[in-house]
Amino acid sequence: MTGARDGFPARWRVGIAALLLAAALAAPFLFYPVFLMQALCFALFACAFNLLIGYVGLLSFGHAAFMGSAAYITAYTVKAWGFEPLTGILAGTAVAALLGAVFGWLAIRRQGIYFAMVTLALAQMIYFIAVEAKFTGGEDGIQAVPRGHLLGVVDLNHSLPMYYFVLAVFLGGYALVYRTIHSPFGQVLKAIRENEPRAISLGYRTERYKLLAFTLSATLAGLAGATKALVFQLASLTDVTWQMSGEVVLMTLLGGLGTEFGPVVGAFIDVTMENYLASWGSWVTVIQGVIFVFCVLLFRRGVVGEIVDLARRFAPGRTEAPPPATVAQTAPGE
Amino acid sequence: MPDWLAHIAVAMPPTQALFGQLLIGLINGAFYAMLSLGLAVIFGMLNIINFAHGAQYMLGAFCAWFALDYLGIGYWPSLILAPIAVAAIGIALERLLLRHIYRLDHLYGLLLTFGVALIIEGVLRNYYGSSGQPYSIPRELTGARNLGFMFLPNYRAWVIFASLAVCFGTWFLIERTRLGSYLRAATENPSLVQAFGINVPRMVTLTYGFGAGLAALAGVLAAPIYQVSPLMGSDIIVVVFAVVVIGGMGSIVGAVASGFVLGVVEGLTKVFYPEASNTVIFVVMAIVLLVKPAGFFGRTV
Repeated sequence: MTGARDGFPARWRVGIAALLLAAALAAPFLFYPVFLMQALCFALFACAFNLLIGYVGLLSFGHAAFMGSAAYITAYTVKAWGFEPLTGILAGTAVAALLGAVFGWLAIRRQGIYFAMVTLALAQMIYFIAVEAKFTGGEDGIQAVPRGHLLGVVDLNHSLPMYYFVLAVFLGGYALVYRTIHSPFGQVLKAIRENEPRAISLGYRTERYKLLAFTLSATLAGLAGATKALVFQLASLTDVTWQMSGEVVLMTLLGGLGTEFGPVVGAFIDVTMENYLASWGSWVTVIQGVIFVFCVLLFRRGVVGEIVDLARRFAPGRTEAPPPATVAQTAPGE
Repeated sequence: MPDWLAHIAVAMPPTQALFGQLLIGLINGAFYAMLSLGLAVIFGMLNIINFAHGAQYMLGAFCAWFALDYLGIGYWPSLILAPIAVAAIGIALERLLLRHIYRLDHLYGLLLTFGVALIIEGVLRNYYGSSGQPYSIPRELTGARNLGFMFLPNYRAWVIFASLAVCFGTWFLIERTRLGSYLRAATENPSLVQAFGINVPRMVTLTYGFGAGLAALAGVLAAPIYQVSPLMGSDIIVVVFAVVVIGGMGSIVGAVASGFVLGVVEGLTKVFYPEASNTVIFVVMAIVLLVKPAGFFGRTV
């Protein structure tokens, strides 16, 4: 549904990446680490979601199911079975991957908005299962999950090691998304987004590509949820609600659909907003609604999309016009 | 009697409970039918999935509750006034927001109306929390009648009757009147219909208003049965989406029929396997996707 805006001019990229990495390494000394970890988890979640909407053109309105179920499995295996953190996260992520494969297998039978509705409905089923199953602890969730020692050595109860662990998980996930987008597989995904019948006529089995992308996206969403369960030492119903599915859409839309770094920016904005406005109660929901409306009507490129556009325009040594990357049907109205 | 039959005989619930749940299923089905009907009508004309449909249903119930508590306006006037009020809001919404995104991908319509739903729900939740406000059954419809095998509360009978009437009326309007034929023609080829001198943009606006009003009418009907709560819309809309996936949005009859059938299926599940009653519609949806991916009355989109 959006065009390929593949980021900044190449010569800027390395510099920006180095700056961001330095900032990420220094951040826990300047900001509250739990806030940063929460933002990183959501950023990974949003990147996973963006892989589908931005690069395959599939709007999943049920990504909370993967995040939430992974969080539950990780919290349960770590707390009840005494898994060590890494195995717990792997278990949660594996379950999300499995769930993603099944949901993807069902959902890719329908296109467009039907796909969105199917994923939303399937995710709601997971929500009801989480409400009723015994092991999830119902309204209380699974609380006081021990963070434990990573590989039996690093004590994750201290916030610094935990932060760097979460950062490593995020970077790993981000690198995977990056590699996927820039691989031949990713090119086929973009072809499907732009014109699926044409991709089929070129001999690609598009449903396989879609299923694989969906599963990968669900897996990464699960990884984010599993990590988040350890950060907050909690898995709760909040993680499986449709509101959570909507929130990841919001983050990605705000940051820039189909941009590499947009979901990260969107996640940080959203998490910051929620932390600052926590006392505002449901006005936060209203603000999120307003952001949705605003983004759809006037700001479809998102923050990063707009910045990239500006950067392209002012990049030295570039004379040719920025590529008109959007699909004709979805061209911005301005 | 063979062993397994005895098991089933034991498992069979008393008929009272069975019919009771069937009735609840029919009532739920009536609301699924009215809401998926509205979604189908809006989708047919505007090509967007109206995520705000649940919020508009909730607004209808809240309008009735406001009218009674603050203005002393009773149930029967509300049945007319609340849909008109919500339809007016819907028309404003279409004029101010939706109009600008018709040229874009369908998904933007879903996202925009999702945002609108969040705004409406958030505002009301801010004032009324997530708890429900009671709304009493109108005096004329209190009580119940004995059907011999069960007691049928009068209000519930009225809801089923009213929803059937509404569904039939909508079907008649769209399939059998001149206005409806313009509407169907405009769905197929808006520019041609416009060339014949029919104001298509206004028709689109009115269609959205009509759909929103339909949701509000369902909300007023629901007010005395469920509690009037800011969450009532989002609770039901996801289920209605599943109903729409099963039935497809191509036909009015399909939307209504699958609404009622799935309500009954849900009610029966509550009798035989209550743990699954919340998830059964989603399971049915998954099965339908497997065996008949286009839905039962669907046209592919």
